[in-house]
Amino acid sequence: MTSVSSYLIKSVRILGGEPTDLLLKDGVVAEIGTGLSADGAEVVDADGLIALPGLVDLHTHLREPGREDAETVETGTRAAAMGGFTAVHAMANTTPVADTAGVVEQVWRLGREAGYCDVYPVGAVTVGLKGEQLAELGAMADSAARVRVFSDDGHCVSDPLLMRRALEYVKAFDGVVAQHAQDPRLTEGAQMNESELSGRLGLAGWPAVAEEAIIARDCLLTAHVGSRLHVCHVSTAGSVEIVRDAKRKGWNVTAEACPHHLLLTDELAATYDPIYKVNPPLRSAGDVEALRAGLADGTIDIVATDHAPHPHEDKDCEWAAAAFGMLGLETALSIVQHTMVDTGLLDWAGVADRLSYAPARIGRVADHGQPIEVGAPANIALYDPAATRTIEASASASLSRNTPYAGMDLPGRIEATFLRGRPTVLDGKLV
Amino acid sequence: MKRHLLSAADLTRDDAELVLETAAELRSLADRPIKKLPALRGRTVVNLFFEDSTRTRISFEAAAKRLSADVINFAAKGSSVSKGESLKDTALTLEAMGADAVVIRHGASGAPHRLAHSGWVRSSVVNAGDGTHEHPTQALLDAFTLWRHLGEERRGGLEGRRVAIVGDVLHSRVARSNALLLKTLGAEVTLVGPPTLLPVGIEGWDVETSYDLDAVLPKVDAVMMLRVQRERMQGGFFPTPREYSRRYGLDGRRMATLQDHTIVMHPGPMVRGMEITADVADSDRSVIVEQVTNGVAVRMAVLYLLLGGSESESPE
Repeated sequence: MTSVSSYLIKSVRILGGEPTDLLLKDGVVAEIGTGLSADGAEVVDADGLIALPGLVDLHTHLREPGREDAETVETGTRAAAMGGFTAVHAMANTTPVADTAGVVEQVWRLGREAGYCDVYPVGAVTVGLKGEQLAELGAMADSAARVRVFSDDGHCVSDPLLMRRALEYVKAFDGVVAQHAQDPRLTEGAQMNESELSGRLGLAGWPAVAEEAIIARDCLLTAHVGSRLHVCHVSTAGSVEIVRDAKRKGWNVTAEACPHHLLLTDELAATYDPIYKVNPPLRSAGDVEALRAGLADGTIDIVATDHAPHPHEDKDCEWAAAAFGMLGLETALSIVQHTMVDTGLLDWAGVADRLSYAPARIGRVADHGQPIEVGAPANIALYDPAATRTIEASASASLSRNTPYAGMDLPGRIEATFLRGRPTVLDGKLV
Repeated sequence: MKRHLLSAADLTRDDAELVLETAAELRSLADRPIKKLPALRGRTVVNLFFEDSTRTRISFEAAAKRLSADVINFAAKGSSVSKGESLKDTALTLEAMGADAVVIRHGASGAPHRLAHSGWVRSSVVNAGDGTHEHPTQALLDAFTLWRHLGEERRGGLEGRRVAIVGDVLHSRVARSNALLLKTLGAEVTLVGPPTLLPVGIEGWDVETSYDLDAVLPKVDAVMMLRVQRERMQGGFFPTPREYSRRYGLDGRRMATLQDHTIVMHPGPMVRGMEITADVADSDRSVIVEQVTNGVAVRMAVLYLLLGGSESESPE
């Protein structure tokens, strides 16, 4: 890391507004205005760039401990920084599972040591993600990692009584249960979106109702016990409708959509290339449309990446044998620009809300997701929306290469990321 | 023809009728004292079977040998799913051995597609059954059998002919390939089974569907019974095997409602007493044994056209 302690960012457009200068000093935004100067500050020419609050991901798989062949906290947070993120929530499905204070503190400490972005561990809801018995949620909440988000992601907390208890229990420390909504019986052996195409391809179907039924149930449970529910990776039009209805009733439900569900459709499964295999699966064009509309009107609160690194051999095989999941951190903002901004559905203030303010609020993260104002923590991403880049898997900062966007031209590039006033990315490169 | 045969949808009507005509010529070979042609001398065909299927493997082996190809049988029991060698490494091994064609049977839908399109091998790939996806040479041999009995062995001979395919369509690769190929050849296909065994979205397949076997039988020129696998009987797709047989099994009573010329087919192996009774399987209408004979001729035609070259060959 560099020893310079202050940065003067010249002529940047905050949330796409009028050009201004930004002085970052001692970890905070020290000054905002035109024609700023500062002795000893390193000057960053940001002509044409947009300043966004550092992005916050509520759904990242960092794989450490246990699968360091796929990703480590260090490589995953490097990828995060390259994507403009200053905070990520690390999912609990590691080996061992992050279901104790010890494991979440380990992940939290690894994040601090890596230094590329802040790592907020997600705690497992149930011991070993087995869905049988609550993990020590209170111990994780009280640990140095201060866990507020609990999820068995990868598995659904399908037992309704256990889900009810989890929702009730986390109220004691203002936690939230982030549900991976997938009825296990309705998705036994499921490989792709259930549709005419799954029938033709002979791949076992993952029906939309398996997601929607769980979301509907959990919304009702949340309302009944007065708790807070977050729905992970909403993927169907029906799910968007259910969440919209729950919000209309005033229930405390939030939801996320993943970049790949905003862009890609199940037609890609016809290649039988498992680079497109993900859970929940890619859905229809109509579902993509509904997710975009839901994200635009706020029904879907946030974009979360579900960044899921896998080693090459887990994708270089037949579809059924392959692992579920795809990379997401380095391409998320470009896909949001492509699907939401360039289409006129969202402005840059909206992007800041969906990728920074709202996820920080849901995760109860104090030092991230704040507007770029004097005195705010200097967590900032500088983004060039006019750039075009061709995605290359081999260029990823992640340890894994399983990006479904390889070869695609996507708009926008992160030029710099600042974490508490220090650059983690500068000139488009890791510092 | 394309370089690979992965799906019945890869075949145009011209391609398919060329296969049938070639098979007809090659079938006459079976009646000669010396059953061998030198067409593929020096070429190597690998039978790569990740699932046990003695009948299909033997059929391909006989086909390749009658064309004088060298045959390597590679029984890779268990796939990468069950911790065996990965499909990729197996493919690279075959490539190193100089295979000209790989005939693959695999439990995962799309495995032949991966083999053909992942850059692992340069050889032609023939799908000999993949998961619940397709089995195009079975469809070709079924079409050939229909063509001999109903189509006067001439181009366009199956136009307007009606074929019912009955049973577990959801899990059947035979049904998928047959539906595609018979449509290509101008036949009318009706898929019949309990609603639980017809896939979601089947309305988009451009075929008729029915839950009522009795209503369909009198109208068709051929009825093809699908095997009901043992694991489906436990899977809750229908209440009991007996109920399935009563509603969707082909027995003597139902056979009596068929038109005089209607033939009965089954891709084998049969579960006698389940989807078909012994008296039907062994009746004069049954062409089940002939299907096996035709299988060799059709697979010879496919290997010959893929490897020996046809006039319409256009490498990808």
